Amino acid sequence: MAATPDLLPYHRIREDLFRPLSRVSRPYMLATLIAFIVGAAGLVAWSFQLRRGMGVTGLQRPAFWGVYIVDFVFWIGISHAGTLISAILRLTDAAWRKPVTRAAEAITVFALMIGGMFPIIHLGRAWLFYWLLPYPNSRLIWPNFRSPLLWDLTAIATYVTGSVIYLYLPLIPDMAQLAQHNTPWRRRLYRALSLGWTGSDREWHALERAMKLMACIILAVAVSVHTVVAWDFAMSVAPMWHSTIFGPYFVTGAIFSGIAALLLAMSIIRKVLHLEAYFTKHTFNRLAKLLLLMCLLWFYFTLAENLTVWYGNEPKEMAVFGARTRGHYAPYFWTMMFLNFVVPFVLLGVRRLRTIANATIASVSVLIGMWLERFVIVVPTLTNPRLPSASSFYAPTWIEVAITAATFAAMAMLYMIFAKLFPIIAVWEFKPHPQEDD
Amino acid sequence: MEHRWGMAIDLDRCTGCEACVVACHAENNLPVSTPELAAQGRATHWIRIDRYYEGEFPDVKVKYMPVLCQHCDDAPCEPVCPVYATYHNAEGLNVQVYNRCVGTFYCANNCPYTVRYFNWFAPEWAEPLPLQHNPDVAVRPAGVMEKCTFCIQRIKRTKQNAAQEGRRPADGEIQPACVQSCPAEAMVFGDLNDPESKVSRLAQNGRATRLLEELGTKPKVFYLQKAK
Repeated sequence: MAATPDLLPYHRIREDLFRPLSRVSRPYMLATLIAFIVGAAGLVAWSFQLRRGMGVTGLQRPAFWGVYIVDFVFWIGISHAGTLISAILRLTDAAWRKPVTRAAEAITVFALMIGGMFPIIHLGRAWLFYWLLPYPNSRLIWPNFRSPLLWDLTAIATYVTGSVIYLYLPLIPDMAQLAQHNTPWRRRLYRALSLGWTGSDREWHALERAMKLMACIILAVAVSVHTVVAWDFAMSVAPMWHSTIFGPYFVTGAIFSGIAALLLAMSIIRKVLHLEAYFTKHTFNRLAKLLLLMCLLWFYFTLAENLTVWYGNEPKEMAVFGARTRGHYAPYFWTMMFLNFVVPFVLLGVRRLRTIANATIASVSVLIGMWLERFVIVVPTLTNPRLPSASSFYAPTWIEVAITAATFAAMAMLYMIFAKLFPIIAVWEFKPHPQEDD
Repeated sequence: MEHRWGMAIDLDRCTGCEACVVACHAENNLPVSTPELAAQGRATHWIRIDRYYEGEFPDVKVKYMPVLCQHCDDAPCEPVCPVYATYHNAEGLNVQVYNRCVGTFYCANNCPYTVRYFNWFAPEWAEPLPLQHNPDVAVRPAGVMEKCTFCIQRIKRTKQNAAQEGRRPADGEIQPACVQSCPAEAMVFGDLNDPESKVSRLAQNGRATRLLEELGTKPKVFYLQKAK
């Protein structure tokens, strides 16, 4: 079934999608300004933390990991929006992917940039972060590749590189178009970035091949990245972290929150840029079904994880399980269950309710729920260590809250700037015969 | 391995007086905490006394257990450090290199004994405490992890002195601060490689157990207690 924009004439599509690039409205400026202020406040908070020490956070023995690690896992999870979904859709040649792919790929790149910051923000001596990189150094010591943190660094660096290439490749034909009629500085920018694209047959074939190849590679990398993130926890001996299903569980959660982020971004773009003809009810319906599928899968994993612990009744694990379901962190746990399962299951499971508005509500619900899920996984395990004398509670301070808020602002700002520089939908994909010059 | 340092702690002797804790603070330049910081979980004690209560009031028995770094032979903290700030040295000690530490906290999360402590702020001492700093021990900066070293500075000094006299350190010659200060003589330190050493014999004692032994960490601290 053809999506609606395919019925529009190509020149109309091109106008629709290039128009937002040249117009800067007052609300846009205001939104960017707010995002900038919130982001700057986060930077102030971080500089305060760097000067005083990690003691300005709510972290304490034994809760050595807190909101920063939650944010890290959350943002790396969001990054699975793009690349994974767009790669799957590209490989299966789903026609409805056309308006979705670039919006998704951009989320991936920015979410990774933000997520990748958190391990550094979380370091006791953040200014020495480069000691984790393998390079010949005056310390005459190589990093320890037995540490899951090194696997993490490797995986995320690979993923960032791959995602940037994967975002960049399909941008090339659009940028070549944009370089033709534009203001001088934009012409220079797009010409430089389009690498002398002329639109010859050979170039189209090469691009097609490169995109297919990258789609295959990026799929494997994306799965491995979040598996490795999960292994940061699962490789330890801590109760309820040391779990064999954490790899696939985390990948599922990542794709779940990623699709939610994509749906939310799409519904905002749709409203703000008036692209109702591109992000249609069908597009939302299909993505909403994917979200529902991931919701069920996530619930299955959550059930498998918690039921086995409860039934096994091992005291150390039960201490964590109790803190999650009945104790200090029970409000987080049950809110998570409500937001991650009940809300999306009802709103997306009942066909009559599966509207664009409800899909957006479900997405917001899932995003909050998945943040809580990471909190529920990270914190209760640490506050209930094997020796009960060290048990404690953890709650974040304003520093951690400010830095977390700043990353959401940074995401919004980066995304808005991106949408002003590049068409948020791949224009050439709608060209009836891309190989023909126009 | 020439030496394999280990410790035996007789829980049936321990009175929970915390002399070992104070001695450790003085010997290893540990910052003195405030009630506020302690309530926030920010106090640093390389050795701490865990209390276990048995029975119902008023018929309560308290058991004290000094818990310090167990210097595990298969230490879970070691493989997870990305910068080799914590590793096993040639004498079986689990050592912490402060200058290498970047503060990922991973080692502390993976320590089942929660004996690793972090420098949340730059350490501070009220006057005149800085005057009694031990010159053999580095003061750690903000942002690094630290923990019990088995008083490695005392081990080194004793070994050097013995080497100058052309001999090996005698059994009991090396005494970490906690062992030296224990009024009940509940703690014994020595070489587990020497089958005749006091600590080796205590480790073979029927009362000897190791903390969370079931995790396979192979700790080198032996707790002696009557079986219930």
